[in-house]
Amino acid sequence: MAAVAGRAEAPEREMARSLAEGCGAGERAALARAISVVEDRRPGFRELLARVAANGRRAHRTGITGPPGAGKSTLAAALARVWRDAGEEVGIVAVDPTSPYSGGALLGDRVRMAPLRLDRGVFIRSMATRGAGGGLAEAVHDVIDLMEGTGFGRILLETVGVGQTELGVAEAADTVVVVLTPESGDEVQAMKAGLAEVADIFVVNKADRPEARALVRRLRDAVGLGRGRGGGTPGAGARAKEDGAPGWNPPVLTAVATAGDGIIALADAVEDHRRSLAESGVQEARRIARAEARIRAEVRAVLEAHLGRVAGGGGFAEAARMVAGGRETVYEAAQRLLAGGGILSRDLAP
Amino acid sequence: MTTTHRRIRVLVAKPGLDGHDRGARVIVSAFRDAGFEVVYTGLHQTPEAIVEAALQEDADVVALSILSGAHMTLLPRVKALLDEAGLDDVLVTGGGIIPDEDAEALHAAGIGRLFGPGTRTGDAVAYIRTWFASSRRAAT
Repeated sequence: MAAVAGRAEAPEREMARSLAEGCGAGERAALARAISVVEDRRPGFRELLARVAANGRRAHRTGITGPPGAGKSTLAAALARVWRDAGEEVGIVAVDPTSPYSGGALLGDRVRMAPLRLDRGVFIRSMATRGAGGGLAEAVHDVIDLMEGTGFGRILLETVGVGQTELGVAEAADTVVVVLTPESGDEVQAMKAGLAEVADIFVVNKADRPEARALVRRLRDAVGLGRGRGGGTPGAGARAKEDGAPGWNPPVLTAVATAGDGIIALADAVEDHRRSLAESGVQEARRIARAEARIRAEVRAVLEAHLGRVAGGGGFAEAARMVAGGRETVYEAAQRLLAGGGILSRDLAP
Repeated sequence: MTTTHRRIRVLVAKPGLDGHDRGARVIVSAFRDAGFEVVYTGLHQTPEAIVEAALQEDADVVALSILSGAHMTLLPRVKALLDEAGLDDVLVTGGGIIPDEDAEALHAAGIGRLFGPGTRTGDAVAYIRTWFASSRRAAT
């Protein structure tokens, strides 16, 4: 970390130092500004993250995901309320999609979190995906780290409305809550190969509607078959095999988030899961897996940026013409560019 | 190594008691289409809640929609609370039914341009872009 710090220019170092100090002291304005620095990848953001990490604080990260309109924001707000009543401080990251056309975004999750508006023990930050996949934003891990380092012991991460493939939340959260509604019943079959596998806890929201019981039954059947991470028999998902808490069977809960029904039971289930992770040592395994995924992503990003500089737009454009014209294959072009960038020795090229 | 991705962040809020948020919704869409990241906070916001949200979201601009006639109290209150929170570099702008002489008085009190009925959304977008380009916030 010290080596990274040494490379930053003076004003950036000063910014990183003072924002990290502010975060360390629990200052909300410093946290807000720090998040922007990290989200925008402004100069000095790496040093800022290193300094805040040095605070050594740990938070439990709960992810809330599910299809659009399932009630994720309302549920997140209700859950935060329960934790606040227990005296805990809650950081909430709510992600909404960036428009691929304009680059703008409508971040509307605060509307449903109105009851938390003036609570000083809650910090809500809306984030746009800015082109990242997985239902999250690129900087979301970093933003959570900043909240953690500022002293928020509970983090709630609300994803964009997701389908089968936006599963980044499994990497970002310790406990994943998948929210469904009776209307999403038909989707459950399709979701077995996706969303359902990252669930540590299922919540059937809007459970006062008639089809809720059928959905609960179907989900319990699916869980009984060993789906979900850490189900008795390993499910089909890679995560289930690697880092599910042993003996943890994802409970299927019901809630009416707008009325506050079922929220205490949900908070209890999150707590049970947290304890199960800690006692089995899986918590540490998940942290390590998360760290590895983040390192790999950063290495990829740095390599790509490096190649972009070495080959320039022109290098790629020329290679593209060669490949399109049939004078070179995609693989030959890629290896030539990698070798030219000093990333791959010509001798070592496979 | 990594390029920065600065975006203009605008908090759109409706303070006060009137329940008409059609205008706010139109401007929210226009801002999004202009490439802004727009945090919409919904109806019936107190100045305190608006400022707390602006702080947490690190908003560059607070855009208020006021149709209730309470602009002479609400806008200066939001501005004062922002200043108090150290957010004196945040632009306070807005729209609604606001007489010219009121707008002038508010401008003298540090409030930005206010847009009346019939404003083209493009004017508000251009105003915010121009303000941002020369603001202290663009430099950070």
